[in-house]
Formats: sequence, C-alpha cells, structure tokens
Amino acid sequence: MLRYLIPGAVFLVLVGFFWVGLQRDPRVVPSPLIGKPAPQFELQSVEDPARRVSSEDFAGRVYVLNVWGTWCGGCREEHGALLAIERQGLVPIVGLNWKDDRDLARRWLNELGDPYVVNAFDEEGRVAIDWGVYGAPETFLVDANGVVLHKHLAPITIEIWERDFVPLIEAAGAQGDPS
Amino acid sequence: MLLLVTLAIPALGIDTEPPFGDPQLQARYERLGKELRCLVCQNQAIADSNAGLASDLRRELRELLEAGKTDEEIQKFMTDRYGDFVLYRPPVAPRTWLLWAAPVLLLLIGLTVVVTVVRRRSRLPLDDSPDNESHPA
Repeated sequence: MLRYLIPGAVFLVLVGFFWVGLQRDPRVVPSPLIGKPAPQFELQSVEDPARRVSSEDFAGRVYVLNVWGTWCGGCREEHGALLAIERQGLVPIVGLNWKDDRDLARRWLNELGDPYVVNAFDEEGRVAIDWGVYGAPETFLVDANGVVLHKHLAPITIEIWERDFVPLIEAAGAQGDPS
Repeated sequence: MLLLVTLAIPALGIDTEPPFGDPQLQARYERLGKELRCLVCQNQAIADSNAGLASDLRRELRELLEAGKTDEEIQKFMTDRYGDFVLYRPPVAPRTWLLWAAPVLLLLIGLTVVVTVVRRRSRLPLDDSPDNESHPA
C-alpha cells in the first residue's frame, strides 16, 4: 500500500507546486518600492524644455505616475483608460515619458489626447531605473507623504483602476491631507 | 569559415562601450554584468542582452564602478530598485533557506530511496521466475 501512497503523495505535491507556479506571470516582478518613499526626480518637461518637472511639485498630494513611450504598444492600448481616469478627476496623472523622442511624444499627445498634468522627459532612462521600471506601461500610485502605495504593470484598464487604485486613494485621502 | 562567422556575430552587437582602462575594473564589470538579470528578457544577464534597459543598466553599472562603489553597494543599488529578482544568485536569507538547501535535501531523499530499494531487492529471492511476479506480497 505504502509503495503506491508515497509516489502518489509526491505527485500531488508536485501538482500543487505547478498549479500555483504556472498561474503566476513571470513578467510581474514585485516592486521593492511599495511602502517606500518614491524616488526623487527632476527633469525637463516634454511640453517645454525650459520647464522643470520635479517630484517636489507633487509633494503633499496623492498622484499617479504613468510610465509611457510612443514606441510602446501597450501604452497606446491603455491611453483611452488614462483619459477616462483623468476625467474622473480623482488624482492628477503625471507622465514619465521613457526613452522617447520629444516630437513623437508631443504628436502622440496632440493626436490621442492628453490625460497628464505634466510629462517628465526621461530621455536617458535614469529616472525610470530609479523607479525600478523595466517594461512600459507601468503605473505607480504615490500618497501625500511621498510613499509608493501601489504599482501596476501592463496596460491599465478602468476595471483595474477601480479595483486596485481607487480603494487605496480613498484610504489615503481619508487619512488626511497634510495641508 | 562558416563556423567562425557564426561565432563572431554574437560578440559584435551587445556591449559597444570601450573597455575600462583598469583591467581590475573591467573584470568586475564583466562579472557583475553576468550576475545581474535583464528584466525585459528574463533569461539573459544584462551583459548578454541588447535590450534598451540592459544597456541602460550596463551604463549605471559602469558609472557605479567608476565612482568606486563596492560590489555590495552596486548589488544594493540594483536590488533597491528591482528587488532580489535582478540577482542571478539570490542572497542567503531565512526566506531563501529552502531554495539553497533544496539540492542537498533532494539528493538526500534520492539517496534514501535508492538505499531502501537496493536493500529490499537484495532480500528478494534470486529466482526471478514469472511465478514470483504473479504473487505480489
């Protein structure tokens, strides 16, 4: 009896491991930034090279940082959702334009609509590395104390926004604005 | 000739930066580049990948080395941003003990099974006639 039971048990354990393991998406790497202060940055804006965009500009506010590029197919896919999120008016969306071409980025915003309060132009990808970005689009949620609350990888949708971001924003708002 | 050509191709494209002047720095650069995972192309190290992010990370690595950072400081720079996932060699910590012990554990389990089976077999009658097999214990 035991000679069938042991291999059977081993088999079931393996099934369990594979069951859990194969349902995970290997592309989703947990961010070590969650719960930590968001990285500081200061860059030119996409819209105007003379204008500086700094993380300080959003200190004391809950905001979303969305990493995008015109070369990124998923960014085009999620653009409609970003516009809808902007219309909700819950929090400002800051764009981090990652390793892109300024003219192409401007044309993109003109043609597809502009959901961002401002776009930081990260031509060299240094700020993106500080944020642990490895595949656009990525969307971060930062609270009023400058702490990263959440990161979403892959194109965002309204469903994901409502499910993962809105409750966190409401909780962050309820905790009180420092102002 | 054909073999030579095929061998030469991968060497061309990846790292186009000039080597360090200091051979010791160059050696560390090459070693660390092989130990850091490229997150876009997950089965390649940043030294082997021509993805945009890998070349950006090589640039960071180069600058950190030039700034005189130690290997530990460089690894911390990377894991602070990308987590342990960037390290091909994960740190030994309570949550990775099982991972690191797994090869030894599996070997021990395998040995135990082999020893038990061999011992049991050696106690079986030598006569291997079909008669024996049709009457399992």
